[in-house]
Amino acid sequence: MSGEPHPSILSFDDVTFGFEDEPVLRNVTFSLHRGETLIVHGAAGSGKTVLLKIALGLLRPSRGTVRVFGRDVTALHERDWFDVRSHIGVLFQEGGLFDSLSIEDNVAYPLLNQPRLAAPQAEVDLRVRRSLEFVELGHTLDKLPSELSGGMRRRVGIARAIVTEPELMLYDSPTAGLDPITANTIMALILKGRDVRRASTMIVTHRHQDGEILERYRYDEASAALRPAGTNGSPSFTRYMVLDQGRIAFIGSPVEFDSCADPLVARFASR
Amino acid sequence: MLDLLKAPVLTFQEFIGLSARAVSGVVRKPYYWDDVFVQMDLIGVGSLPVVILTGFFSGAVMALQMSRALQTYGATSQVGQIVAITLVREMGPVLTALMVAGRNSSGMASELGSMKVTEQIDAMRALGTDPVMKLVKPRLIATAFVLPLLTVLADFLGLVGGWMVACKMLGLTTGSQYWNTAWRALEYNDIAQGLLKPFVFAIVLSLVGCFYGMRASGGTQGVGRATTQAVVVASVWVVVLTFVIGRVFVSM
Ligand SMILES: Nc1ncnc2c1ncn2[C@@H]1O[C@H](COP(=O)(O)OP(=O)(O)OP(=O)(O)O)[C@@H](O)[C@H]1O
Ligand SMILES: [Mg+2]
Repeated sequence: MSGEPHPSILSFDDVTFGFEDEPVLRNVTFSLHRGETLIVHGAAGSGKTVLLKIALGLLRPSRGTVRVFGRDVTALHERDWFDVRSHIGVLFQEGGLFDSLSIEDNVAYPLLNQPRLAAPQAEVDLRVRRSLEFVELGHTLDKLPSELSGGMRRRVGIARAIVTEPELMLYDSPTAGLDPITANTIMALILKGRDVRRASTMIVTHRHQDGEILERYRYDEASAALRPAGTNGSPSFTRYMVLDQGRIAFIGSPVEFDSCADPLVARFASR
Repeated sequence: MLDLLKAPVLTFQEFIGLSARAVSGVVRKPYYWDDVFVQMDLIGVGSLPVVILTGFFSGAVMALQMSRALQTYGATSQVGQIVAITLVREMGPVLTALMVAGRNSSGMASELGSMKVTEQIDAMRALGTDPVMKLVKPRLIATAFVLPLLTVLADFLGLVGGWMVACKMLGLTTGSQYWNTAWRALEYNDIAQGLLKPFVFAIVLSLVGCFYGMRASGGTQGVGRATTQAVVVASVWVVVLTFVIGRVFVSM
């Protein structure tokens, strides 16, 4: 929120975290700049979800400093986290949809519960509808999450994450367990969310195709379609990160990622 | 030895932390009254059949078992007094609490546990609500309100059960004498004890259920584990606390 050319939206400085003496993240240092996309790869259990939860203040690092929107949040009180979180959209790995609430109430939840986002009911309804139409689920308002397919639930999760128009989006394995066609639909939505609102995005994924889509395509509002990046003069700010047993094994540009000789990193690249 | 004690002590510490937040939250906004009423319905109305049955039969059994001893001493007219005192002081609160522990502590643990493992609790925090306020506090308020009422109902039905056995089945005494001795036997002390106990039990039952739910981990298996632990721990607390409270009242 400062006036630097590329202010850092999220930064970790030497962050270490463990569950009961067992280290899960070790000396993690990186930063995510405004408008940037950071693609996080890593084997199961390497600490990707934990990384996102620390960024959201759901877990507290045992060492190191975390900054969100330039503000030091390392020792922030839970009360004060709510305001920070209201600027962040998140899609959880397990979905995190409230299964006792209808789709409409799920998507309205952040608008009704974040004090900063309080709005008249009519506006809430409008934004919920717009958000669900964005993910092409405008007709499911009254259904319960259990009545939808896995891919549809993922889309509701995206609708709920973007309904607050956050500056920072965190996606945890948005395409895991989906067939390739549905997975590509989800990726197109994520791309659209990123490029229409220019949100900074951090995305955890197991598929190298997801990274490629984010790296090589842009959503073009005029034609409402995906276009190869760079054709309209806008370079894509994409970087890759690879986590290995809680350490950053690689972080760098797509070119560096593709040419990295480390076999551990190469496993996640598309070669 | 120290290592053996470390885990339970840490767990207890965590439990106290959650309890402190929930109890101090009772006097702070926000209030989710809809959730409170849903829980009252679930705990109160939902537990009615089982509380009615256990209340009635615990009184009936007591009259039945006491009949022999009372006949030996020729004191059968005192059956109402004995049933009333044991029911109101001890059996009513404890049996009702154990039933509610089996039904509702387990229900809370499994509901909150599934919410935990599907990241719904994380989502709540991420989307602007404090799970202690939204999930724990309504369950705490609802149980603390409903359990004393259920206990009074169980006490009354137990007396009715005792009356059926003592007067109708065994003919130990007349109905008017039964109700008279029962009523006169009860002192303020007994009533106070009989209402304080369910109130304290309610706090423990709901907090234990929520606590084990909210710390569940490891998928559906973890939810099952949390549910079992919640029922066992809540039930043990009930029998320990009834002794502690009884001890305080006896010395008063
Ligand atoms: N609640 C918890 N309690 C104890 N250990 C945990 C907990 N959550 C995660 N862990 C451990 O932390 C490590 C990292 O977990 P994390 O969920 O971040 O992995 P991940 O990279 O997201 O894996 P996946 O690709 O399977 O989602 C794992 O070794 C896991 O066992
Ligand atoms: Mg994960």
